[in-house]
Amino acid sequence: MTVMNMIQAINSAHDVMMERDSAVVAMGEDVGYFGGVFRATEHLQKKYGKSRVFDTPISENGIIGAAIGMAAYGLRPVAEIQFADYIYPAFDQLVSEAARMRYRTAGEWSLPLTVRSPYGGGIFGGQTHSQSPESLFAHVAGLKTVIPSNPYDAKGLLIAAIEDPDPVLFFEPKRIYNGPFDGFFDRPVTPWAKHPKAEVPEGHYTVPLGKAAVVREGEAVTIVAYGTMVHVVLATIEANGIEAEVIDLRTILPIDIETIEESVKKTGRCVVVHEATRTGGFGGELSALIQERCFYHLEAPVQRATGFDTPYPHSLEWAYFPGPIRIGTAIKKALED
Amino acid sequence: MTSQIERPNRPALSLHVPEPNARPGDEIDFSHIEIPAAGSVRRPDIGASPAETHELVYSLVRVLDDERRAVGPWDPRLDPDTLLRIYRDMVTVRIFDDRMYRAQRQGKTSFYMKSTGEEAVAVAAAHALERDDMTFPTYRQQGILVARGYPLRDMMCQVYSNRADPLKGRQLPIMYSSRDYGFFSISGNLATQYPQAVGWAMASAIRGDSRIASAYIGDGSTAEGDFHAAVTFAGVYRAPVILNIVNNQWAISSFSGIAGGELTTFAARAVGYGIAGLRVDGNDPLAVYAATRWAADRARSNLGPTLIEMFTYRVEGHSTSDDPSAYRPKNAGAAWPLGDPIDRLRKHLELLGAWDEARETELRETVEAEVRAAQREAEKQGTLVTSSIEFPQDVRTMFEDVFEDMPWHLREQQEQMVAELEAKRK
Repeated sequence: MTVMNMIQAINSAHDVMMERDSAVVAMGEDVGYFGGVFRATEHLQKKYGKSRVFDTPISENGIIGAAIGMAAYGLRPVAEIQFADYIYPAFDQLVSEAARMRYRTAGEWSLPLTVRSPYGGGIFGGQTHSQSPESLFAHVAGLKTVIPSNPYDAKGLLIAAIEDPDPVLFFEPKRIYNGPFDGFFDRPVTPWAKHPKAEVPEGHYTVPLGKAAVVREGEAVTIVAYGTMVHVVLATIEANGIEAEVIDLRTILPIDIETIEESVKKTGRCVVVHEATRTGGFGGELSALIQERCFYHLEAPVQRATGFDTPYPHSLEWAYFPGPIRIGTAIKKALED
Repeated sequence: MTSQIERPNRPALSLHVPEPNARPGDEIDFSHIEIPAAGSVRRPDIGASPAETHELVYSLVRVLDDERRAVGPWDPRLDPDTLLRIYRDMVTVRIFDDRMYRAQRQGKTSFYMKSTGEEAVAVAAAHALERDDMTFPTYRQQGILVARGYPLRDMMCQVYSNRADPLKGRQLPIMYSSRDYGFFSISGNLATQYPQAVGWAMASAIRGDSRIASAYIGDGSTAEGDFHAAVTFAGVYRAPVILNIVNNQWAISSFSGIAGGELTTFAARAVGYGIAGLRVDGNDPLAVYAATRWAADRARSNLGPTLIEMFTYRVEGHSTSDDPSAYRPKNAGAAWPLGDPIDRLRKHLELLGAWDEARETELRETVEAEVRAAQREAEKQGTLVTSSIEFPQDVRTMFEDVFEDMPWHLREQQEQMVAELEAKRK
């Protein structure tokens, strides 16, 4: 075991997989010599050579289009899109091509392709470096969408994504790359070193896709979150002394409905939390699933605490960000209704 | 109602929208097309720098002259057997297209796309590649499958979306896929296959393989962002790929000028990206073969990509859903100044003494019989069902292959659908 932050864990996942499987290649803007703008692929080019770790032109449709061709050939490409906000030029390649290749060829071609991308706010990135587009991809048949919330899961999930036979979108909450941000932006940031999930095995292991984690048990209310929001939720309930059960979804799709269902049937109350804009967000899907499956166990309507339906503002970041106040209010409503 | 815009002392701007020189009712006019004499274009060495090819992008590589002789440095000097195979494959494609077009008109399927006039672009090129090279076609290169000996019956089963459709009825007719025959799945979305082909070629280079990729795109689709991305990547990584632009002059109803075809040649795109480029008479099977072979040898020697404009003409409508008489003069294809690829090769074979009327009649009869037999076999497996819930496929297969393993939500939806159909059958 070694203490790692998220970046180190993600870097280690690449390293482990590139060592084990010569078909694994890493590519993206600034990914090669420099090791990526967040340094997630640092040292890899030196270790594995330029033909396995390389810089690409600034062309997201080109990156994903080429990665699809590589996966069709038999490689396992790990493509980095520098910010999730930049992924839209590749939308057609992901939605119309990668997602459907197995289906449209009746299984003749499958694409073991992983697309990594830093996402989410909290870093003063403005409207082009803060977005959370996960629900756009969860809506697409044939894509898996994964979001880790800590170094241990990040490495295990990324290895599972690389080994997965289908295309996986792996969104990395960039606000917690260096420490588990709890949403109290006016307090000092704690580093990962003090967090138990920063203990990461150096070698190969996986965290299964499609399996949520109950990160805190409780009886009062179920809170479903993922990414940065897991930490904000934990800090919020601690600050308010609420005995909540907190589920870290980890995989957006396929969703682990069993874990959610079991918890909500126990608590009878539920709040879903995400950073992304509210309308049409993944919280709507979660809320619908919960009322379809747990209606007679619910004692209050399912609440949502989310980003607002505006572009992500720069100076008003902490007014936009679903922090402890918004989440606390939603929990209060779920408990009192 | 627009208000008068104030523009003191400045002339009013106007928008230029390109327009073809002939519309329905006009006399067809191809006089603006410059056609260099066959044999007049030089053939650079395989190892030439891309820049040494760049004057060629404004010319036209042609081998068969007006007397149907093979002339000049691009003559691939093919033996009669190879020529006959190319000829036979092109004839097969045309007869196949005619049968399937009729089948669509008879209501046996929803849709069809002919490649009439463009057979050489697929067939002759396929013969110039190695059998294990990967092609990334559009929907008008069915000739590649024919040239590689893919069973006609299986193609038809795909067109019919029937019980034996290898793609389980999931794709529109002619969106074939065959890994074993080096024929990448056709998307239906345009240009997406171009960067994929480059990625496949990059992977082949990463692995130290010797196989190359050959990609196809239409003149219209070169306007897509994926074209730019693909050619950039191909050049940057010196990918072993042939980038064919099939300029058949039409993108449904839009003439090539709407994609920039009046401003320069499509082959000239190669100049801006700094890669090798050729412009080829796509209705000259020998020129298509020679150019493809040149580009393939180059790619296989690690010398990088070649962009080839295959200059041809879409003789028929875009698809069975299109009526070209609504936007261009009737019989435009018959007036195409570069002739018909099948007719041209036939006359060349006759000149060589390898062909005559009797052999032609025999070949036509044989291929017609083969295609008819394949059609009978295919139709034994059914044709497209559009007004019944007695589907050709087991409906449960609808939920297969979304992922390798079926997640719970698809399993639930599968059960729901089965229950729906059971209720309807009662």
